[in-house]
Amino acid sequence: MSSNFHPFVLPFTIGTLALFSVLILKYNKWISKFDRQQKKLIRRNLFTGKLIPAVWEMINEGLFHKKVSRYNRRLGYMHRSIALGWFLLISVGFVETVFHFQGRGHAPWIGVFFRFFVRDNQTLSAWIFAQIMDLLLLYILSGVTMAVFKSIFSKTVGMRKTTRLKLFDTSLRYSLWSIFPLRLLSESATAALADNGGFLTQSLGNLMGERFAGVVELPLWTLYSIALGLFLCLLPFSRFSHIFTELMLIYFRKMGLREREKPTGFTRFELSACSRCGICIDNCPLDSELNITDIQPVYLIRDIRNRMPHRNATENCLMCNRCESDCPVGIQISEIRRQERDKKKLDTHDNYGYIEDVQSFNAIGRVIYFGGCMSHLTPGITESMKKIFDTVGQKYWMMDEERTICCGRPLLQQGFFNQAAELRRKNTQLIMESRSKTLVTSCPICYQSFRKEYNLPIKVVHHTEYIVTMLRLGKLRLNRSELRLAYHDPCELGRGCGIYDEPREVLSALGQLLKLEQEYKNSLCCGYNLGNTVLELDQQLKVRDASLRNLTDSHPDVIATACPLCKKAFQHSTTQPIKDVAELVVENLR
Amino acid sequence: MKEREKPVHGDDNPKPREVKRRLKSTKRISRRKRLEFEEVELPLQVAIIGGGVAGMEAASVLTEHRCPVILFEARPELGVNVKNKYKIFPDFSDAGRLVETMTKAMDHPLITVNKDTEIVEIIREPDAYTLLDNKGVPHTVPAVLLASGYEPFDAKRKEELGFGIYEGVINSLQLEDMLREHKVLNSLGEDPRRIVFLQCVGSRDEKVGNHYCSKICCITAVKQAIEVKRQLPDTEVYVFYMDLRLWGQGYEELYREAQEQYSVRFVRGRISEAASTFDGRVQIKSEDTLLGQPLKMVTDLLVLMIGMEASPGTQKLGKTCGLEGPYGFVRSKSPHLEDNLSDKPGFFLAGTCKRPMHIAEAVNDGRAAALEIIKYLRK
Ligand SMILES: Cc1cc2nc3c(=O)[nH]c(=O)nc-3n(C[C@H](O)[C@H](O)[C@H](O)COP(=O)(O)OP(=O)(O)OC[C@H]3O[C@@H](n4cnc5c(N)ncnc54)[C@H](O)[C@@H]3O)c2cc1C
Ligand code: SF4
Repeated sequence: MSSNFHPFVLPFTIGTLALFSVLILKYNKWISKFDRQQKKLIRRNLFTGKLIPAVWEMINEGLFHKKVSRYNRRLGYMHRSIALGWFLLISVGFVETVFHFQGRGHAPWIGVFFRFFVRDNQTLSAWIFAQIMDLLLLYILSGVTMAVFKSIFSKTVGMRKTTRLKLFDTSLRYSLWSIFPLRLLSESATAALADNGGFLTQSLGNLMGERFAGVVELPLWTLYSIALGLFLCLLPFSRFSHIFTELMLIYFRKMGLREREKPTGFTRFELSACSRCGICIDNCPLDSELNITDIQPVYLIRDIRNRMPHRNATENCLMCNRCESDCPVGIQISEIRRQERDKKKLDTHDNYGYIEDVQSFNAIGRVIYFGGCMSHLTPGITESMKKIFDTVGQKYWMMDEERTICCGRPLLQQGFFNQAAELRRKNTQLIMESRSKTLVTSCPICYQSFRKEYNLPIKVVHHTEYIVTMLRLGKLRLNRSELRLAYHDPCELGRGCGIYDEPREVLSALGQLLKLEQEYKNSLCCGYNLGNTVLELDQQLKVRDASLRNLTDSHPDVIATACPLCKKAFQHSTTQPIKDVAELVVENLR
Repeated sequence: MKEREKPVHGDDNPKPREVKRRLKSTKRISRRKRLEFEEVELPLQVAIIGGGVAGMEAASVLTEHRCPVILFEARPELGVNVKNKYKIFPDFSDAGRLVETMTKAMDHPLITVNKDTEIVEIIREPDAYTLLDNKGVPHTVPAVLLASGYEPFDAKRKEELGFGIYEGVINSLQLEDMLREHKVLNSLGEDPRRIVFLQCVGSRDEKVGNHYCSKICCITAVKQAIEVKRQLPDTEVYVFYMDLRLWGQGYEELYREAQEQYSVRFVRGRISEAASTFDGRVQIKSEDTLLGQPLKMVTDLLVLMIGMEASPGTQKLGKTCGLEGPYGFVRSKSPHLEDNLSDKPGFFLAGTCKRPMHIAEAVNDGRAAALEIIKYLRK
């Protein structure tokens, strides 16, 4: 059969055209909504070397799903077999077609329905192609089988819960699942008639027998085309659009684009890049400790995307970032959540009159020490830091000793952008006027704020970093003992700022650091995170208790942390000593 | 609590059957009143865990009824949780003397006092209990009275108040010591110009998980304020409170006296944080919630009125016996008529291991428990 056309290819062809037109329109619209700075970045970086690493990452993530695999190997295999398998099926199909036609013109859909249209070749190369294509089909089918099982018994790929899906998505998913079995059956039917199959399709075809195959061949190909067409048509409106959007997102990110204070076109890309893998559900302490199952990023993103009400999902979150740290797509979910929290109506400048008459101090040659509001409630930490400064002979100016101005981050996290900006403005002024060159802070919240939300031309360090430097310089010397220490990574310091090793280095210099079940980026929030104003105290305490259990499991003598809030949280519930790294340093000075 | 079905064998350990036999013989005797107890070889009948005022009072009453007692006290001395006070409310009588009187009564042929002996485990036998002490010695008895008491709240857990960090911040027990020595001094060793008391430290505080009121600290603050004023008439005294609970007889009168005669000033408001000043004094931040104004004040001493929590012994034994009640205190069978009973026959409760009480309550409770025990043993 040498004809290039049969009506059954129409659904597929229409689907493909629809898919690309919709995607182009959508992306175009979103890109037009990028803000000025983002557009500038794109213009500057569009044709630079950024493309190469971007493509590399696209291959790794879009096809190989490396991050998902790192989190969960089986889940990774599932995603990879479908994505990579399908990609190869299309590519090899394309090569096969080109090879067969040797430069003679052919219709674009031939590659997809190759076995149907090209049934009279029995050459060696054709045989090899047939085998390869069968192998790839088998690979994809294994992934599809896993996906089907996953939705039935969500255990197979290691996820505790799959995300709840909309009807639309469900039908879409069924069409995706049926594509490959249908392809298998249609090719087998053709193989039965034309003897052009590979090891899989040919054997299945032989089983069918010629008579039966003759009857079902055309209906099967038609169904295959319909399934494909349906899937492609619906795809840009569904969660599966993440397949394409993720690739765009990777490229944008490589060009330096990030979430901004207000939602932009970039946010649309991020929202649409979520594949709903559900990893964030597993990681959320609100889910595991409190059984709150409707606020996790997958749901929030779904609701924003579908313009559904999402006030509760927006507000009820500790902002501990445990979800974000494992998100395989790297969506900046906490930034997005914060954009949604925007409280313009409640946002006034009025309440901040008092900050104006706070005076700066000439701190040339001194470091600025900023304890932070929370450290005012844990004077053990600030006193220890003062002692450390005295020990190393460092003069300091404690900026918030008398009159405290908050760094602004707690307000920012709650969506009070103007007020936070007011505080940042005043603090910046005080810092600049002091003419100091270093700012040391004890509170990871302030630390993150000064580092990321301020634009300070001076060095900002957390006190654990400062102590490490002093240890390395030999200005501080510690007595090492057999003290068994469990270190709690504060959310804002660890996941927030990537400070994991400094506190550990200090602690190892004075005692024996224990290994914990959940630590580093998996550390469990202490529950007192200021990100949440919705949770009841008893709920917060449940989150805290889970975190504390993880710490006490290894029977430490002392629980160490580097955040006043975490310290307070644990202190309230146990008589076991809870100490800040700075306090332990002071206690073990040589 | 471990339940033991099979008899245990051992030299020190009478077998349950033996215990029962001895028990029966005493019952017979007590009923017929034919012989004096002292003349008969007696099993140790009642074990009391905790030599506080409740435990001691119970021991006295039991011996009055000729019932032998073995008393265990984890600390080297009896009655420490009262003896660590100087004068006690409501009558400013001497705490040391009270404990002395009670301790003297423990010097009785029917009472064996084991100091420095902490009971670490309780095993339930058929018709008896075996108590294991910290030296690993078992004691098998037919009845047990738990009077393991309370523990003052550790104010370090409210770090924002600076206890253990600033020298000027002390707790109410440290003030008792100062009052006893007549040396109420600030951190520089001078007479304080001002003293601030803060109520409800570790009580009525959901953050530390104690929702309950400790009952004794409001009146203790009034008492201590008066004592301070008597020793140092020129010192200004402030009391910061959430609300004052002066529920007992004579308490309200003392409160009046404090204001009228001693000009102690009562301010409604909690203190949110304390910081040290350059001259070693303490700066506090609060809000006067009656005037609705934020308030900052510098004081020589900040005295934290710490509440009562279940003692570690109470918490631990309550847990092993399955009698764990709210906040680590132990739970009685019912609050009205069976407050000295637990749901385990032969296992009785008295004093502040159940909830905060003042001394008279704890003493009465020990006495009541003793009578319940006698009733039980006679049955
Ligand atoms: C600051 C403060 C001031 C107070 N002032 C007054 C006052 O002025 N007037 C007043 O009436 N009341 C006052 N009280 C209350 C008074 O202290 C108590 O009512 C009284 O001590 C309760 O006695 P108790 O026997 O129930 O418990 P406790 O006195 O606590 O005695 C229990 C004993 O059991 C021992 N123990 C615990 N576990 C074990 C174990 N496993 N094995 C062996 N022994 C164990 C403990 O060592 C302890 O000695 C005050 C309380 C506080 C906190
Ligand atoms: S007695 Fe007074 S100070 Fe003590 S907990 Fe109750 S209300 Fe607070």
